[in-house]
Amino acid sequence: MIALTALTELTLSRHNPLVDPHLHIWEWQIPVYLFFGGLVAGLMIIAGVRLISLRPQQREALVCCTIGPLMGLVFLSLGMFTLFLDLSHRLYVWRLYTTFQITSPMSWGSWILLLVYPALSANALAHLPEAVPSLAKRFPILVTVSDAILARVQWVVGIGVANVMVGIALGIYTGILLGTLGARPLWNSAILGPLFLFSGLSTATALLHGILVVTTPDEERPAFADFLLSALAQLTQARPLDRNIAPVLARADNSFLTIELTLIGLFLLGQMTSTGIHQQAASLLLTGPFAAVFWVFVIGLGILLPLVLQSLELNNRIRHTIAPVILVLFGGIALRFILVYAGQQSHWFQPLN
Amino acid sequence: MSRFAMVIDTRRCVGCHDCVVACKTENGVPEGYCRDWITEEVHGAFPTVRLEIRSERCNHCDNPPCVSCCPTGASHVHERGGVVLVTHDKCIGCKACLAACPYDARFIHPDGYADKCTFCIHRVEKGLDPACVSVCPTHCMHFGDIDDPQSEVSLLLQSRPHHVLMPDAGTKPCIFYLT
Repeated sequence: MIALTALTELTLSRHNPLVDPHLHIWEWQIPVYLFFGGLVAGLMIIAGVRLISLRPQQREALVCCTIGPLMGLVFLSLGMFTLFLDLSHRLYVWRLYTTFQITSPMSWGSWILLLVYPALSANALAHLPEAVPSLAKRFPILVTVSDAILARVQWVVGIGVANVMVGIALGIYTGILLGTLGARPLWNSAILGPLFLFSGLSTATALLHGILVVTTPDEERPAFADFLLSALAQLTQARPLDRNIAPVLARADNSFLTIELTLIGLFLLGQMTSTGIHQQAASLLLTGPFAAVFWVFVIGLGILLPLVLQSLELNNRIRHTIAPVILVLFGGIALRFILVYAGQQSHWFQPLN
Repeated sequence: MSRFAMVIDTRRCVGCHDCVVACKTENGVPEGYCRDWITEEVHGAFPTVRLEIRSERCNHCDNPPCVSCCPTGASHVHERGGVVLVTHDKCIGCKACLAACPYDARFIHPDGYADKCTFCIHRVEKGLDPACVSVCPTHCMHFGDIDDPQSEVSLLLQSRPHHVLMPDAGTKPCIFYLT
């Protein structure tokens, strides 16, 4: 490996796979896992808030806090599977659950992931018979469980609060996982925690918005529209949703996207006003090899364009479509891919002696 | 308490790679991998160009980020001499320790676990020097207890200017380079 500057040459005889010429230990599995983790965190927070704030007259919104958690369970399992695929000593994965290492974000995360399953399941079960009547008809025990939960206000509040708390922990963890790795200057920022949390919230809101759009009866919808999501909605036999909720979700998504954009700005500001190695790390995104994909896919297509489209939807200039939804989801996964790949290329330098 | 450290005289090292070969032989390091390596750093402007040759490896840091980030406790600090080691059957191969090390001193062994220099702890516990130290033809490498003020390594550090790698990373390395 040879690194050249004007008057310095550094030659290493090391040639370890995955490490040289620059670190490339984490491939697609980790950004996909981080994306699913953020998405599930967002679904949990929204589901928890909806469960607590649900009013009887808002019954049509029940699907938002039932289908969301059910999808969350699937996404979480997919995310954990991709994480498992990334491990190089897979047969020993059970070692994660024989200890708790207080200084290791990954240890925290592995235990948080275990809390997600019961919290999401309880949230989904609370209103499952109302949201998916066919399922309740087939499995009457679901009605019993739902009645037991709904009969106790403190249970409902407890489940809702648990979802919000575990969701926040999960969302922040996905960012802190990278942020605590001080050896990679691009990642070494505490802002990655809230950034990934709000990115997760925006992707989760967008997903629910998308499901809302495609499950709303609309004869004017073009035939090509939303085949896959429609099929998903039919499979779950979700009831048509209240169209009034679409603007609420679009407005919430715009808020989350704005916060995400602000956090990205603060993240880059922090890097650019820090040490030389941090400035060099930030330049990977700003002007370096990742600049084009960062500005076009993350900032442009992933945040700014859906912000504009959803603003137009809210002002009734255009119809609610799944276009901004797809862009937000794409932006969320692009953000994680670029940060994971660029972060591995950032490193410390040996000062000249 | 003892604290093992290595002191390497960059004015004697010629970059012959004997230490690398000795390590691979002693520890059965797989082909295509290395636990230690040679770095040549040239800097300056003609005619005051300066060359430093260093034998590098895991720095067995006093503040090892690879240990604090390990989710299973596989990466740990050995009770004898503060040596940083990996318990193979506890490692899940998550690679967090590789990302946490600013020196890129670790690698994933073909069997799946994270691997690195052990200061040849199996030899040290028998009273021997690490393999790399024992074969060095220029005697530029020294190993010992830095907590003992009369040890060879302590005396060298007291008498000669020295530096560590990437001090600003805050890891407090235990490999010192005499200049």
